[in-house]
Amino acid sequence: MVAVTALGLARCQFAFTVAFHILFPSFSIGLAAYLAVLEGLWLKTGRQVFFDLFQYWLKIFAIGFSMGVVSGLVMSYEFGTNWAPFADKAGSVLGPLLAYEVMTAFFLEAGFLGVMLFGMRRVGRGLHFTATCLVSLGTLISMSWILASNSWMQTPQGYAIDPHTGRFVPTDWLKIVFNPSFPYRLVHMGMAAFLSVALVVGGTGAFHLLRAARKGKPPTEAVRVMFSMAMWMILVTAPLQILAGDAQGLNTLRYQPAKIAAMEGDWTGEGRAPEILFGIPNMQTERTDDAVAVPLLGSLILTHSLDGRVPGLKDFAPRDRPNATIVFFSFRLMVGLALLMLLLGATGIFMRWRRRFYDSKALHRFALSMAPAGFLALLCGWVTTEVGRQPYTIYGVLRTAQSVSPIALPGIATSMVFFVVVYFIVFGAGIAMLLRMMGGEPQPGEPGPNVREPTRTAGTHPGPAQGRPVGQAVRLE
Amino acid sequence: MSSPHWLPIAWAGIAAFTVLAYIVLDGFDLGLGMLFLVEKDPRHRDIMVNTVAPVWDGNETWLVLGGACLYGVFPLAYSTLLPALYPPIIAMLLALIFRGVAFEFRFKAHSSRARSFWDLAFMCGSTVAAATQGVILGALIQGIKVQDDHYAGGWFDWLTPFSLFCGLAVTIGYALLGACWLVWRTEGELQTRARGVARPLAAVTIVCIVVVSLWTPALQREYLRHWDVWPRMLYVAPVPVLVGALVLIFWRAIADDTRHLTPFLCVLGWFFLCFTGLGISIWPWIVPPSIDIWQASSPPASQSFLLVGAVVLIPTVLAYTAYAYWVFRGKVGHELHDH
Repeated sequence: MVAVTALGLARCQFAFTVAFHILFPSFSIGLAAYLAVLEGLWLKTGRQVFFDLFQYWLKIFAIGFSMGVVSGLVMSYEFGTNWAPFADKAGSVLGPLLAYEVMTAFFLEAGFLGVMLFGMRRVGRGLHFTATCLVSLGTLISMSWILASNSWMQTPQGYAIDPHTGRFVPTDWLKIVFNPSFPYRLVHMGMAAFLSVALVVGGTGAFHLLRAARKGKPPTEAVRVMFSMAMWMILVTAPLQILAGDAQGLNTLRYQPAKIAAMEGDWTGEGRAPEILFGIPNMQTERTDDAVAVPLLGSLILTHSLDGRVPGLKDFAPRDRPNATIVFFSFRLMVGLALLMLLLGATGIFMRWRRRFYDSKALHRFALSMAPAGFLALLCGWVTTEVGRQPYTIYGVLRTAQSVSPIALPGIATSMVFFVVVYFIVFGAGIAMLLRMMGGEPQPGEPGPNVREPTRTAGTHPGPAQGRPVGQAVRLE
Repeated sequence: MSSPHWLPIAWAGIAAFTVLAYIVLDGFDLGLGMLFLVEKDPRHRDIMVNTVAPVWDGNETWLVLGGACLYGVFPLAYSTLLPALYPPIIAMLLALIFRGVAFEFRFKAHSSRARSFWDLAFMCGSTVAAATQGVILGALIQGIKVQDDHYAGGWFDWLTPFSLFCGLAVTIGYALLGACWLVWRTEGELQTRARGVARPLAAVTIVCIVVVSLWTPALQREYLRHWDVWPRMLYVAPVPVLVGALVLIFWRAIADDTRHLTPFLCVLGWFFLCFTGLGISIWPWIVPPSIDIWQASSPPASQSFLLVGAVVLIPTVLAYTAYAYWVFRGKVGHELHDH
């Protein structure tokens, strides 16, 4: 077996913390946009159902957002604790991008989150809607900066290397930010966030539809609206996301052929290449065992022609190859989930046509079981792209082994144990809380996230928590 | 690749401002969390948390900005300080995780046991975060061993009587900030109790300030160079004098039931002055005693690229942060009477 090294453990720790982290901002990106749409629809149509859904998802957003904040704080220091030589060499390029993210996005989100969560009665509808839009905008700006930074590590350009210190010196910031893989990754990741949240919202709606059917009651309007909006979103986004993924694949073929070879499980570079559907890439024997392949399809998918050349891992020295066993499977899992999402969208529109959209148990069960699929696919895609970048932190320039901090194994091991314990307690409790909240049905006159504000629970005046729901209070103003 | 002399100085100023903004803003959040220790009434606890609930996230963001600035502008400091301070930094991050989620979780807990657990997490998270920040400060002041641009010390170099004392000092100081914040933002019984705990906390804080001020030059003789040389002494003399003046004002204000904001402003003043004094002592080092701000700097291309943004964005951030505070102004626990 592989011996445990400080490098291996430092990578494990980073992967563990970032894997948790990546889920929450994605949730926030998608949900903030959904909240802005709901509040906008409420203001435009005046229909209570949109306000109820807004309040319902706002409470859930507050929990998810707080987990994103605290897990992200860890990331901004972990580059230094675990990857000090990397930070020293590449901080000149990546640090300013991160700092711009903080200044343009994090403060914007944090500044207006308070107004969004607690300020409805204080600032009025128009300003409150502005705050919601600004929080949503903040999540999108944040995503752009972090993906520019991540993409630069995949396809670096616009820099020189200082010959004395080995440090990166930025020469062209436009080239650094708009590096070749950035636009593709931004679109792919952004849609992943929207799609993941649509699946969660759709799954929640499906859960309540199933429960209403079991109780023999008609589903509430809020549940129907939620389910319908999500299913439209999935119908539109799932195929677009597959196209975006294909475009990113072609971009990767051009700039990181070794990653493509690993994703495909191809060992020999060739034209008229087959597509391996299943197999077990073996890094020692340099072949893919038990392969089931379709002739010519590999060239067709990757080059959009039958005789295009597709790279193989043997084109690269063994020390320059990413681990194909991991990447091969994470990629296939992602693609498989994407096809299921496509199928879900198609089933949804079919049931609408057959007028069985709100009473097809099969559709609702399918949607419910797909609720976590977006986040699972997102994690698989992230594993594919990051493990596929190995053995480099900055592709082709700085190796992972040269990036790790001089922290001894026992130190990393100790902190790893703490991270695992704390993350499972905190984020386990948080996710349980989210699930419990989604398990509760949205109510007419849904109370907002600030019902426990002491003005309403502790004061001598009975507040909305006991009497008037906030939704109605706002309508009456 | 020679850097213009002024660019790192400008950035040292911005970085110092960022750290100070974090200390004064999250300081009272953390202090308030620690005061859960003496405030058991759940209704009072709710009011305490709600005085900062709309703004705490923004307050903590200054810490993220501090990390990002070090990373981008002084990468050598970032890459030597963080490995050197690995255990307290990780402890601080984990504590801030508990503290941060507890803001939301304690209100949404489904049972009273779960709620007690998140109240405890809020209190302990706040306390550990404050203490580790003090320890980090102390470890920085006492000096970090660096060789060939790498941290060259051991696993527990940061752990000394001085750093532990700094941990205690910052913890007490934050608790005092939290108490004074409550004097300003609450009323009735809770405000009276906050006034009550502020007094002993202030006394201990002042003792801590004096002890750290006397202890610091004993660690690195060079720290004294700006303090005991004529005529530079003249420029720095206002720092201790102003601390003394604020102590007098504080003591009158805390005993006067009509003064709500003054104690908080006085304590902010103490923090500002102590921080200034510290800056004077360690200038121009960023990793005492081996790396100064010019050595730690990233290339001018990085620093100038970020400076353009910082000059526009930081004032913008301050403006809308002020707006957010203004939206939630006034005594908490009284809003309904306004309607």
